[in-house]
Amino acid sequence: MDSNLKREIIIDNVENPFHKGLENKDDFIKANTHNESCIDNIDLYVKIENEKIVDAYFEGEACAITTSATSIMLKNIIGKTKEEARDIMREYYKMIEEEEFNNLKLGELNAYQDISKQPSRKKCATLPFQTLEKTLIISDMEIKDKN
Amino acid sequence: MQREDFPMLNKDIIYFDNGATTFKPKEVINGVLDYYTNYTSNAHRGDYDLSQKVDYLYESTREVVQKFINAESSKEIIFTSGTTMSLNMIVSSFMRYYLAKGDEVLITKSEHASNVLPWLELEREKGIVVKYIPLDKDYKVTLENIQKVVTSKTKVISLAYVTNVIGDIRPIKEISKFAHSKDILMVVDGAQSVPHLKTDVIGDDIDFLAFSGHKMLGPTGVGVLYAKEKYLKVMKPLLYGGGMNSRFESDKKVEYKDLPLRLEAGTQNIAGVLGLREAILYLEKIGIDKIHKHEVELKKYLLKKLETIDNIEIYNKQSETGIVVFNIKNIFSEDTSRYLNHYKICVRAGNHCTKMLKDELGVKNTCRISFYLYNTKEEIDKLIAILKDNKRIYEVIL
Repeated sequence: MDSNLKREIIIDNVENPFHKGLENKDDFIKANTHNESCIDNIDLYVKIENEKIVDAYFEGEACAITTSATSIMLKNIIGKTKEEARDIMREYYKMIEEEEFNNLKLGELNAYQDISKQPSRKKCATLPFQTLEKTLIISDMEIKDKN
Repeated sequence: MQREDFPMLNKDIIYFDNGATTFKPKEVINGVLDYYTNYTSNAHRGDYDLSQKVDYLYESTREVVQKFINAESSKEIIFTSGTTMSLNMIVSSFMRYYLAKGDEVLITKSEHASNVLPWLELEREKGIVVKYIPLDKDYKVTLENIQKVVTSKTKVISLAYVTNVIGDIRPIKEISKFAHSKDILMVVDGAQSVPHLKTDVIGDDIDFLAFSGHKMLGPTGVGVLYAKEKYLKVMKPLLYGGGMNSRFESDKKVEYKDLPLRLEAGTQNIAGVLGLREAILYLEKIGIDKIHKHEVELKKYLLKKLETIDNIEIYNKQSETGIVVFNIKNIFSEDTSRYLNHYKICVRAGNHCTKMLKDELGVKNTCRISFYLYNTKEEIDKLIAILKDNKRIYEVIL
């Protein structure tokens, strides 16, 4: 992916974020991540039925990297099972940490391939997935409780 | 003003974050270096020449500070690690014993965390009640609004002299006069005022004042607690140990020293105090009124230029200090500061430790420009050229 295309994808998701803002929050699991080193503040809402993410939204204020990465992440995970979402997450973290990764699993998330060149931005790029993991853990625990 | 006195200004950067900390002139750096290089020793201890020299410089710095803020006596000057420690001492070592359950303390939503959290802790611990003075449309504190919330239970008003985001100057003299007519104590956070405005604790009749050295050209880790002697006399030490006791025996009889040493246990930040001395002498040489005038002029100049850029929102046009808070419309403040950083311009993005101000301002995060004596109109021109070109922001930061 060339750098202009990467930038275009990011800017498009900053200016037209996917699933930003949610009216009726019933049945959604909510998680918030305050990034200790900066002021990004995202609330993530995830609806899980039978181990599958059936819908997800976000709210909050964050920098361009975090906002766009959240938007793109949501496009990628809706309709996926929790395990599939975690699989995407693992490949994404590998990419961020400059390890070998499967780019076919990441779609537009490949736009953050170069983020490792700016170490201070890694946190911004991983913030959405950290928040997603929080919601998945809450979901795991709820299922455990039911059993 | 003398830009060549500041080594940090040779680094080809534009520094607009003086509300956070300031650059140091050679006089301050050399003052600290000289202590470590030529006469390192402890104060109040030895009979040898070195220690006596340190003793003299350390103690006479108290007088330098006393004159600088126009206090009655040098005994009223206590060295601390900074504004945060000074405010915590006021609350933990005095107010904890002075206030009773149900007593009210008035602050505002534009106070810095250090003038909020110690009070909230005391509220939790002792059941005092912290109340907010409503701000007017320009986020200012007026005597009228204070009168609206004062009750017979109000015992303390604790305010920043100049706030660190809006930069408004509070009418402290007027507020003190009213407060004292009702037996209310006046606590002032001087972190953003002492470096920029003439301080007169007698003229303003301030009971307690806290400020930091590093925001006024001095070293980090040193600050001042001022209080009227009658209050310091009954203030309990926050720390007990060396330097503050006059005798203690195995039968457990203990005697503490008089002010100010009773409140300065342990070896103090001597290098910091000596650096602060140089900073104050430097500021006095330039003239604090001249510094304030210069900053206000820079602010007016910046505002005029910012108005020529159509997608800039400014939140504090009215305040008469060198602070401007703004956002580029629809751009997150941190992205703006990263964009400016690309051109080596340092501004602060975020909530600036005033997390409650968002209730009043309607916006959580802003970019803050805060001037000091060494900033220039040429620097502002460079900033404006880059802000004008802000449609390129994502091209630059992504």
